[in-house]
Amino acid sequence: MGEPAIAAEGLTKRFGQVRALEGVGFEVRAGGVLGLLGPNGSGKTTTVRILATLLAPDGGRARVAGLDVVRQAAAVRRVIGLSGQYAAVDPYLTGRENLRMCGRLGGLSRDAARRRADELLDRFGLGDGAGRQARTYSGGMRRRLDVAASVVTQPAVLFLDEPTTGLDPRGRLELWQLLGELTAQGAGLLLTTQYMEEADRLADDVVVIDHGRVVAAGTPGELKARVGGDRLEIQALPGDDPGRLARVLAPVGSGPPAVDAAAGRVVLAVGDGPAILADVAARLAAAGLKIADLALRRPTLDDVFLALTSQARGTPS
Amino acid sequence: MTAAVPSARATANLGTMTWRHLLRLIRVPTLIVFATVQPLLFVLLFSYGFGGAIHPPGVSRYIDYLLPGLFVLAIGFGASQTGVAVAGDLASGMIDRFRAMPVTGIAVLAGRAAADAARSLLVTGLMIAAGAAIGFRFHAGPAAALAAIVLAVATGLAFSWLNTLIGLLVRDPESAGLAGLFPVIILVFTSSTLVPVATMPGWLQAFAKVNPVTVIVGALRVLCLGGPAARPVTEALAWIAGLLIVTIPAAITRYRRAASA
Repeated sequence: MGEPAIAAEGLTKRFGQVRALEGVGFEVRAGGVLGLLGPNGSGKTTTVRILATLLAPDGGRARVAGLDVVRQAAAVRRVIGLSGQYAAVDPYLTGRENLRMCGRLGGLSRDAARRRADELLDRFGLGDGAGRQARTYSGGMRRRLDVAASVVTQPAVLFLDEPTTGLDPRGRLELWQLLGELTAQGAGLLLTTQYMEEADRLADDVVVIDHGRVVAAGTPGELKARVGGDRLEIQALPGDDPGRLARVLAPVGSGPPAVDAAAGRVVLAVGDGPAILADVAARLAAAGLKIADLALRRPTLDDVFLALTSQARGTPS
Repeated sequence: MTAAVPSARATANLGTMTWRHLLRLIRVPTLIVFATVQPLLFVLLFSYGFGGAIHPPGVSRYIDYLLPGLFVLAIGFGASQTGVAVAGDLASGMIDRFRAMPVTGIAVLAGRAAADAARSLLVTGLMIAAGAAIGFRFHAGPAAALAAIVLAVATGLAFSWLNTLIGLLVRDPESAGLAGLFPVIILVFTSSTLVPVATMPGWLQAFAKVNPVTVIVGALRVLCLGGPAARPVTEALAWIAGLLIVTIPAAITRYRRAASA
């Protein structure tokens, strides 16, 4: 019962000269959702491949649903679902046939596989495409079919490697909603992503990795607090001095403002975005300053990442 | 019981993968062409194109000599698509999906080979029909004719596993298709498939005589035209078995280590 969905410890992996993982460890509690956040080449996919038994680690240990991914690989495969980086569905099979195939391979009887396929097609909004070959699907439909295929056998632990990469905003929203429903049913989920927003929306906990190492771990809220919450971007009028803007607004920030003189732009980390907008307006008015544009945005992976990696290297952010 | 359960699972999985590839056989355009148009073209092009120039000893019509060889050529060409499909499954992440499921590598790969056997049967049947329309006849009776068809399908299995291995090694679908055609083209044109070995230069004859395609086509020819069959058929089966013994374990080992990226 208390067995974590995933427990990884000191995972290392080299490909020739490239050190893909240099000691990655984390834990996902049963029914928990972990977002594994990092840029391309950080080791996200390698981590998922090791946990899903596709790749043997050079060092370290990992258990999935209490089973060792190396010594009990066959047993692990009975309790996991994997949706890889690219939607892996057979383009020449219909949506229904793809799901029936995965159900049968996962050990369902012919009848159970058929019933489960129809149920999932319905739930994933693929009813209209059920009888069409998957090569005629849009990117969003393909991805939904791919995720449906990985949950056919109701896995206890699900791995999704960048599930929304390449989707349009609408497809992304639809998939987020589906994933939210799936995790509400108690499957442990490991999700890799390049988007802080996605981790924020879906994950209870986030692990940030870079160059094969864990650089930070915590709840999305904790991580964002560590990088100073929202970002305020102010664009100076052409010809105005952005340095003056930065001096006037520095007191509202949670850290020193960053000035991009060439672009005439000031970026400021602010603890609680919306609440400080009135303060910003008042200070600008008091100083008699006009601006070209002002935007408040959530910290992106770039912000989180640059802040966290610079902390890890011991330089002030 | 404990032993029966996994083998029942393996059989069910093999059935599922065979079903998948049979569906692809009737839906993938290149597969349809390789299974229907190309074999018919081979029969017509080679018999009318070469038939006037080549008069092999012991047969009255070139088509009687030619058709058993064309079985091997057409089935071998079609098998190149198996390498394309396997490399495609690697590139698309399908093999990752299968490897993360409780399915053995042999079930995944043998499903394709089983569907290929159905394709080989179709190709052989079509070529016999087309050949019969322009004068081909079996001369050694129905049992030998049936044995010829079985041998052609078995040859297809060896090609199928060879191309599965090629697809897993080459990894790029287009390159796999080309790599799968090379052995067929080289072996067929340096064998007795289209012309009697005796017409070749001496150095090539030496190779052509031991060429496995010469051995297999020789056995098919005996089964179609008549003559002592035991020795050539045994030699042909030995070649096929040898190829399978090498390619199947190699393909499964490659599959286990396969990684899509």
